[in-house]
Amino acid sequence: MSLKPLLPYLVLAAAVVLTGLLVDNFYALQVLIFIGINTLLALGLNMLMGYAGQISLGHAAFYGLGAYASGVLTVHCQWSPWPALAVALALAAAVAWLVGLPTLRLSGYYLGMGTLGFGMIVFIVFREGGALTGGASGLVGIPPLTLGGVDLSDPQRYFFLVWTVVLGFMLLCRRLIDSRVGRALRAIHDSEQAARAVGVDTHRFKLQVFVLSAVMAALGGFLYAHLIGFISPESFNFMVSVRLVTMVVIGGMASVWGALLGAGLLTLLPEWLHAFADFEMIVYGAILIGVMIFLPQGLTRGLIDAYERLRRQAPGISSAP
Amino acid sequence: MTSHNTRSHRQVRPIACLILMTMLVALPLQAAEMYKIGGIFSVTGPASFLGDPEKRSLEMAVASINAAGGIDGRLLEAVIYDTEGDPQKAVSGINKLINKDRVLAVIGPSTTPATLAVKSFAERARIPLISCAAGIAITDPVTPWTFKTAQNDVLAVAAIYGHMRRQGIGRIALLTVANAFGESGKQQLEKQAGAAGLQIVAVESFGDKDTDMTAQLTKIRSAGPDAIVCWGTNPGPAVVAKNVQQLEIKAPLYQSHGVASPKFIELAGAAAEGIYLPTGKILVADLLPADDPQKAVLGDYVRRYQEKFNLPVSGFGGYAYDAMQLLARAMVGTGGDRQQIRDNLENIQNHAGVSGVFSFSAQDHNGLGPEAFVMVRIEGGTWKLEK
Amino acid sequence: MQELLQYLFSGVTNGAIYAVIALGFSLLYNSTELINFAHGEFAMLGGLSLVTLWAGLGLPLPAALILAVGIGVGAGFLFERLAIRTVRRPDPIVLVIITVGASILLRGVAMILWGKDSHSVPFFSDHAPLAVMGARLLPQSLWILAIAAGLILALRAFFKHSLTGKAMEACAVNPKAARLIGIPTGRMNLLAFMLSTGTGAVAGVIIAPITMCSYDMGTMLGLKGFCAAMLGGLGSLWGALMGGFLLGILESAGVGLFSSGYKDAIAFILLLLILYLKPAGLLGAAKIQRF
Repeated sequence: MSLKPLLPYLVLAAAVVLTGLLVDNFYALQVLIFIGINTLLALGLNMLMGYAGQISLGHAAFYGLGAYASGVLTVHCQWSPWPALAVALALAAAVAWLVGLPTLRLSGYYLGMGTLGFGMIVFIVFREGGALTGGASGLVGIPPLTLGGVDLSDPQRYFFLVWTVVLGFMLLCRRLIDSRVGRALRAIHDSEQAARAVGVDTHRFKLQVFVLSAVMAALGGFLYAHLIGFISPESFNFMVSVRLVTMVVIGGMASVWGALLGAGLLTLLPEWLHAFADFEMIVYGAILIGVMIFLPQGLTRGLIDAYERLRRQAPGISSAP
Repeated sequence: MTSHNTRSHRQVRPIACLILMTMLVALPLQAAEMYKIGGIFSVTGPASFLGDPEKRSLEMAVASINAAGGIDGRLLEAVIYDTEGDPQKAVSGINKLINKDRVLAVIGPSTTPATLAVKSFAERARIPLISCAAGIAITDPVTPWTFKTAQNDVLAVAAIYGHMRRQGIGRIALLTVANAFGESGKQQLEKQAGAAGLQIVAVESFGDKDTDMTAQLTKIRSAGPDAIVCWGTNPGPAVVAKNVQQLEIKAPLYQSHGVASPKFIELAGAAAEGIYLPTGKILVADLLPADDPQKAVLGDYVRRYQEKFNLPVSGFGGYAYDAMQLLARAMVGTGGDRQQIRDNLENIQNHAGVSGVFSFSAQDHNGLGPEAFVMVRIEGGTWKLEK
Repeated sequence: MQELLQYLFSGVTNGAIYAVIALGFSLLYNSTELINFAHGEFAMLGGLSLVTLWAGLGLPLPAALILAVGIGVGAGFLFERLAIRTVRRPDPIVLVIITVGASILLRGVAMILWGKDSHSVPFFSDHAPLAVMGARLLPQSLWILAIAAGLILALRAFFKHSLTGKAMEACAVNPKAARLIGIPTGRMNLLAFMLSTGTGAVAGVIIAPITMCSYDMGTMLGLKGFCAAMLGGLGSLWGALMGGFLLGILESAGVGLFSSGYKDAIAFILLLLILYLKPAGLLGAAKIQRF
């Protein structure tokens, strides 16, 4: 792999380092941490939706599984968060594999329905889990993270932790997309039958991506749980799953950067729209509709188009004959 | 579309970075002058019946303190954010209040999960937090910076069970909403039943948006309880009241303080008749004896709230009103020192508020006793004080 | 026995509502292959309009009913013209996200118009509950069943016997061929939208007296209706009916025979099992859609 395709990631990494060092406003860092966590979730879902062409309307379930598995182990069993993380990721992967096996044989809206049903069931298990999950009242007292004696609860350090993870997974996904697996996935997205005809084991590939996206969501849940120190079922309900799908589509499907843009916009919008008070929902809904009407392929593609139009209009700059 | 996509990836990356940077800069920053008080309430969303009156009451309390010259000559300013009942938004909100608006203290959130989510942030930032939520876990165990003004579920359950004992009820059934409010109620109901000599014969729950509870009530009816306790917030309990009437269940129905507002009578209509519920004294302010310590405060609050907003008053706004009055009392002479404000709060004794008479201590950050609740019965479309 | 009958009554009442909502999903899917995530919000719109027109303005009940449904139809018209038709490249997933946006927008508008509190309306007729073998049946449940049945018969007659209805069916079967023989497919899509949102408003109107109406009641109704439509098989009107009643009865049996806390989980587990065994719903065509 040559260095040039890596350049934008280096730019983003530099931006992250600069932001982390220069911004000491807790609130701004907090928002950026949430953007990071949402990016991780949207990125996993984007792999599933954009590349494998499979929708999931129950992705908040995996987000919740990661948060709850780690939360329960650290609160009730006094585990250290790191082994708990390993268990949480393994659990999410196992559940995704078990659920994906029959569910991914469905397609289109039926797949949406299947994943939605799974999400609802997991949500109800969190809510009815009694003392184990803390039930509807939620689970209190999840410890903050420490690494080798360093307290990571400091917002600046947590910011670096989250964004290192995000950058790592962005690179990983990029590599995956450019690999044989990625080509197979794109083939599935374009035509599953054609892919199967040329010998791609479509079901296995879909299942693998599903497991990957579930693990990424669980990691997001782990980061969320240990940041807030408290989790309750409402943070992982159906509406959260819908918001994740919205992030992917708004940002632009089949694009690593789309996940970042979608997560960024949808996390920041409510912060900006506070001033509208009771009109916030109307403005938020209108923006969603507006973006989709004018940029039906998402922000990423919309920006590319705008950039190219600009280049074509500016005489002399365009090098194309 | 995927095949075209890779082609233009290179162009979009710098733009993506640029957009992200712009987003950062757009997070507005500003400085403080007056005494700033933060409020985080679920002004919209499923718990807006709490957050909306709380926001109004806080604004009303701030306006009246300012009209009287402020605190030590400095005026107050309330900065209020909406949590929509979402713990994550509540965390965002409190961090914005602490770090961007640099408030002296925070009032809210409205719900127990949101409060539990923000509590550690307030503790870490060493900033007084006065919650308006009912859950006992907020102030038990006591943590230095967290207080609350809403009556604990414990007291509401004690009031109901006390009334049941006087009525000679022995077997009860529980029907609670499947959310944090209902679950906290259910835990207290189950915990205190033994000591009150009550036997729980059925425990059922319903979803907060369910449209029909006859199935649960049919199951309860076949268990043959002497009384049914429903724990939830509108509109569920109103549906329960209607279903009880429809199934012609004769056992008396007890509701929680979660529906203690005129709205419940409006929603349940004729089915509300004969229902018992615990409430802060606000709903029966007119019926209180003249020597009740809260009588003056309540009369004043009810009159001004109705004049200002032209809305029927509920007890919920009182949580924020009390929080502001307590805070104002604690802020006098501190010059805005948070540690002193916290210490003063903890030492407040016999403060007559809307929700009860508060006496805080190092062991008790709720400060209310059992007399904060009275039992009422709905009769002729209004409340009647029970003995 | 008496208990079982009561569970059945409860299930059928809820099921009829889910069925009417599912019908709306299927109607729209039939013509446009689109799932409208704002569908529940049109039920909310119908219910709250009834609150204002009947309880608020004091219109006679039949007029209020027709107007409330009319408002649902009108809102559907505006929605299709302003937000759906304007999309340049109508990828299904893009349209789905637009409907998600619309659901938030409609909730916001309703919150401003009707406030954050719940509202209630009286029963359509003021009779005591009927006693059937010891179980109690609300007259409103009969109203719900009757209106649902009337709606279904009317839709059936429309599709089988009117030219417009047949043209709509033709669009659903093969849009390209329909356009070739001169059917204005665009207008048919618009009509499908209005029929669908109108059906949603009917659901809201008939449910209003037994539950309480608030600006945020639509999400849960839409979700349940979507499940019912999928269960029966998308696009099949009879399937929508069956799915609705099945879901309602499953839920109420779940409460009665198992646990009320897990009632939704029980319903969803059975849903998943049915989906795995019959991947296109109980009555749906085996045709499957890509995103």
